[in-house]
Amino acid sequence: MNMDRRKFLKAAGLTTLVGLGGKGVFELLKPGTVEAEMAHEGHEEGGQEKGSGPKVRWAMLIDIMALNQEKIEKIVHTCHHLHNVPNWGDPKNEIKWIWEDEYEHVFPDSYNEYNHILAGLPFLLMCNHCDNPPCVRVCPVQATFKRPDGIVAQDYHRCIGCRFCMAACPYGSRSFNWLDPRVSLRKEIAQGRKLNKRFPTRMRGVVEKCNFCVERLAEGKDPGCVEAAPDVMFYGNLADPNSNVRKILKERVSLRRKLELGTKPSVFYLI
Amino acid sequence: MYDTGKVIIGLAIFACIFLFPFLYSHGSAAPKPKPSLDTPAIKALPQKKCVEDTKFMITTHMQFLNNWRDQALRDGNRWYVNKEGKKVWISLQNTCLRCHSNKKEFCDKCHNYAGVDPYCWDCHYDPNGSKL
Repeated sequence: MNMDRRKFLKAAGLTTLVGLGGKGVFELLKPGTVEAEMAHEGHEEGGQEKGSGPKVRWAMLIDIMALNQEKIEKIVHTCHHLHNVPNWGDPKNEIKWIWEDEYEHVFPDSYNEYNHILAGLPFLLMCNHCDNPPCVRVCPVQATFKRPDGIVAQDYHRCIGCRFCMAACPYGSRSFNWLDPRVSLRKEIAQGRKLNKRFPTRMRGVVEKCNFCVERLAEGKDPGCVEAAPDVMFYGNLADPNSNVRKILKERVSLRRKLELGTKPSVFYLI
Repeated sequence: MYDTGKVIIGLAIFACIFLFPFLYSHGSAAPKPKPSLDTPAIKALPQKKCVEDTKFMITTHMQFLNNWRDQALRDGNRWYVNKEGKKVWISLQNTCLRCHSNKKEFCDKCHNYAGVDPYCWDCHYDPNGSKL
């Protein structure tokens, strides 16, 4: 190869620049292209058509003012019965799809100790089915994914139990099956628990969470929690400006958890 | 060759041990399993036909069920249209096992014979059975 010293130094300098600068150099030479590419890729991840938003975006509204202990128990029991969620009776192995907590834990970012209205109220927590779900971003096998209707689904066939999603979820909505859930279910059946024979169980080593009752929505039924307490839980299409949930949200004050994280949760707390 | 006698005895013992299982079970092959179709739901059918034809189901049910799984869970489309244009609700527990309500006599018989252990049953179960 015939190359004089001057040419060699130029080539070496340019190579170093690209190596050190990376994306910035492309920005310098051809502005706009990299950002456009990245934006395009990011768009595809969402699985939505450009320009037009999704047609269906399921959301859940929980009327905190109408909640009481009796209704909470009914809702949790209905959900956990419908999905054969085991009750280990031990917080270490606990599996939860929907559960109760108090104001200061639900809204740690906006907790106000002088707010005596919210402080005493019970809150029901579940998977927020975020618009921008961090669990989906981190799952290495795409076992958890966002459906076009906004429901964050979990594919137990694919889950390898790495628990990245549990670390990523800012709401603690995911539980890991440390033990075979059937061991607990068998014990509970012996004590009189009924199994929902239309729904499978899970196996040891997979992560599970609320599935927004996709199996019931597919059959045209309401989610279990809504059926258990129709005066507390409301669900509907957030993408439709004339839907029931949008009407309620227009009239009532609502809270969403940890909005500053940008996950855009689709569970609303009505106060 | 040194120690001819010992080597030959050793070889003979090895051959005996090695051949024992073959000789022992010779002529007593496990009979080919016949999955039972004897369930009330199948008996009540006007035409004994699965979702697709029998030959297809026997040879391809594994890939078929995998496709069903992906279609229902990943694509959210729970209706399957068979070759005759008939719509079928996709569900192992609620469609397959409704007719084949004898998992032990139907699924397990062949699976045990073939020595396969499909992980379907880690989570799904026979809704007609009394045991989980």
